[in-house]
Amino acid sequence: MPDSRSSPDVTVNLVYLARLRDAFGRPGEALTLSGGDTSVAAVLVSLRARGEPFAAELGAGRAIRIAVNHALVDADCVLCDGDEVALLPPVTGG
Amino acid sequence: MTVRVQTADFDAGIEIAALRNGDARVGAVAAFIGTVRDVNDAAHVATLTLEHYPGMTEKAMEAIVAEARARFDILDALVIHRVGTLTPTDQIVLVAVTSGHRGEAFDACRFLMDYLKTRAPFWKKEITPAGARWVDARASDDEAAARWEPPAAAR
Repeated sequence: MPDSRSSPDVTVNLVYLARLRDAFGRPGEALTLSGGDTSVAAVLVSLRARGEPFAAELGAGRAIRIAVNHALVDADCVLCDGDEVALLPPVTGG
Repeated sequence: MTVRVQTADFDAGIEIAALRNGDARVGAVAAFIGTVRDVNDAAHVATLTLEHYPGMTEKAMEAIVAEARARFDILDALVIHRVGTLTPTDQIVLVAVTSGHRGEAFDACRFLMDYLKTRAPFWKKEITPAGARWVDARASDDEAAARWEPPAAAR
């Protein structure tokens, strides 16, 4: 078991954009990661574990990209307390 | 190099005159304007609402313009993207590029549009007779952007 003193909880601010905001019925929320894994991947695992609509919208084959503090990152990016973590559906501007 | 996100319409003539700014090195200006169509995927489009991610959008657009500047011999570039609710025939986006010669201006303008379509955090939601729907990303847009790979440094 990770030592709770060396792996404190990390709370991030999730931002749901465009169709994800509609699907989840909210513009975002705070999410606390505990247990030591504070990666972007851990956020996705936590959200998918809620079931629908999160599991389907964030499932394999969905080209969701993640931005941390306004910069695109990979799933192994480690998050810090207070980070803004945005979930972006495929973009359709222009 | 200028990027803007705005709800207001734009006047391409005024914007291009400002971009040229009396610079006598300019021998070519290429511009693209994207507008709202009244039909998409066989459905009538009454209105189109463009959403973006404030804070990230401008940074993403600036990164795309910086990439264009690194790849092409251009003098200046302008990107204006509107957000909010638009109706058919409205202008959505303006890309304008100045260069010494037409080839670089055409290429940079097309590159900027291809990258904007796939890398800037904008999303379109259409209101049609069947209801509201988020526009799906097109594989053809990804293919258009992929034509510019690999980056200049690797060519």
